[in-house]
Amino acid sequence: MKAKDCLIAAGAIAGVMALGAPLGAQAQSAAENPRTAWGVPDFSGVYAEYTTAPLERSREYGNREFLTDEEFAELERRRLAPIELNPTESTTTPGTRADVHYNFDQFALGANEGVSSPNRRTSIVTMPGDGRIPETLPQAAERVQSMRAATRGREFDGPEFRSLTERCIMWSSTLPPILPGGYNSNLQIFQSPGYVLIQSEMGDPRVIPTDGRELPDNLVPQWNGTSVGRWEGDTLVIETTGFRPETAWRSSSQNLRVTERISRIDHDTLEYAFTVEDPSTWAEPWGGVYPLTEMQDSVLFEYACTEGNYGMANILSGERAVEREAAGQE
Amino acid sequence: MMRAAVVHGVAAAAIVLAVAVTARADGVLTEMPEAPGGRPDLSGVWQALNTAHWNLETHASAYPALLELGAQFAVPPGPGVVEGGTIPYQPAALAERDRRFENRLAEDPEANCYLGGIPRSTYMPYPFQILQNGDDIVIYYQFATGIRRIFVGGEQEAPLDSWMGWSNARWEGDTLVVEVTGFNGQTWLDRAGNYASANATVVERYTPLGPNHLQYEATIEDPTVFTRPWTISMPLYRIVDEGFRLLEFKCEPYAEERIYGHLRKPGTEPPEGATLQ
Repeated sequence: MKAKDCLIAAGAIAGVMALGAPLGAQAQSAAENPRTAWGVPDFSGVYAEYTTAPLERSREYGNREFLTDEEFAELERRRLAPIELNPTESTTTPGTRADVHYNFDQFALGANEGVSSPNRRTSIVTMPGDGRIPETLPQAAERVQSMRAATRGREFDGPEFRSLTERCIMWSSTLPPILPGGYNSNLQIFQSPGYVLIQSEMGDPRVIPTDGRELPDNLVPQWNGTSVGRWEGDTLVIETTGFRPETAWRSSSQNLRVTERISRIDHDTLEYAFTVEDPSTWAEPWGGVYPLTEMQDSVLFEYACTEGNYGMANILSGERAVEREAAGQE
Repeated sequence: MMRAAVVHGVAAAAIVLAVAVTARADGVLTEMPEAPGGRPDLSGVWQALNTAHWNLETHASAYPALLELGAQFAVPPGPGVVEGGTIPYQPAALAERDRRFENRLAEDPEANCYLGGIPRSTYMPYPFQILQNGDDIVIYYQFATGIRRIFVGGEQEAPLDSWMGWSNARWEGDTLVVEVTGFNGQTWLDRAGNYASANATVVERYTPLGPNHLQYEATIEDPTVFTRPWTISMPLYRIVDEGFRLLEFKCEPYAEERIYGHLRKPGTEPPEGATLQ
């Protein structure tokens, strides 16, 4: 598409929204629905992904999407109950697990330390109706098995045999779709004319054009895929495909296609909805929704994973030590 | 609001639409766009076209760090980008620079896929993308998918040391002046062992030379390494390829052998072909 066509095509889609809305209506909703200087909804900020709803629904709820008032009150009571923190000047015994793992309380990484949005939903997954991720197709299981066959029995041979997360390549929670993860589950949205940048704290930045361009024909396989965005009314819709085969998010193939829809719920909260489809992995598309809670006046600090990856060296050197010890005992 | 993504040949009506929907087109620009607020809009994909990433100082062509790599990885010659030609090291620091040069194959953090730091990320042989709105700026670097937030008008001190530093900025006319502090001292300035310490302050200046070029300057002050502040200067070129997108360059897999190879199970080889999981 030529540059000029880009401008006009984008105008046809979004111009209605930016130019057609009565000024009075915009002014009235400005506080609750802020807009950028260039007229699109302003989602910029740093958000916590934590929410009280689990990814998949407990089977006891069946097809019920929301908790009752009583169930929700009980969940909140338990969530907000004071927790016993470790002593502030905690000391640990050398050689114990507590000594070599993060002290979550000390680093304010515990679930109760960050922003966690109350959520009446029984699960993040809303499609299919039972709130559970569909089983993968047999062909997907075979694909994953053949990928894993090369590593079976060699899990500690070298860095390539470890997980993508241990290798500082990626976390499954920071891809599109972005999902609440174990810790550092925050994301930043930055907007400039024609672009939206989304970055999970532990993930790679995605610079998403919203200038009317479409996904390129010659997709270069990328770990995080290739994304394009568009505004549908006040909702940002992002389509992503073109993943590397090794990404294999939840056993998916590189044909994985992800649709994200971000819209504003209220002053502090965005709604993040997603749909994933990959006919060679799941029989039907599936998806879900959860809130992103803004952390006012926050910035994401630098995430430098491989630069400080002592874990990988420790895993491999630990295994080499075990091997030497075993050899010595023979 | 006078923002205009002016593209050659676009009619006035289209420009009005561009203002309204802020579609941003690629290609050669005929006029430097304005950001909301009237400052130059530095948004775009940029890249340096010089040999500064090999050596900031004047350098003749040279052998690769590993002779087996041959001419493909030899050092191309360059006039250097340091004002005055040489970096004013203190004597001990100059000896350390030379030691790093000798050990560059083992010690250059670039080979480990570590974040490039500032100013090195600017002139590594990879493009980077500036995103600018009325208030703030983000720069996304292709190498190691580095990102850096620039706080225009920001006065907060670095909360912690980091690889890319902490960037507060102000406008001086049409020049964006970025003061970068809070370095961790683990980055290098080029592939020739040039370096600054964690005490460094880098003041960058981005000045439009025209719609498709920026002049980039960085003044590096570090009383523990240099005898005086010194400055590098070079143009940056807008990538004008139609439909250009900055692709991710996640280099972690390519550094694993050099970082962890000595911990591999004796007698085994890395897996064939692409990376496994």
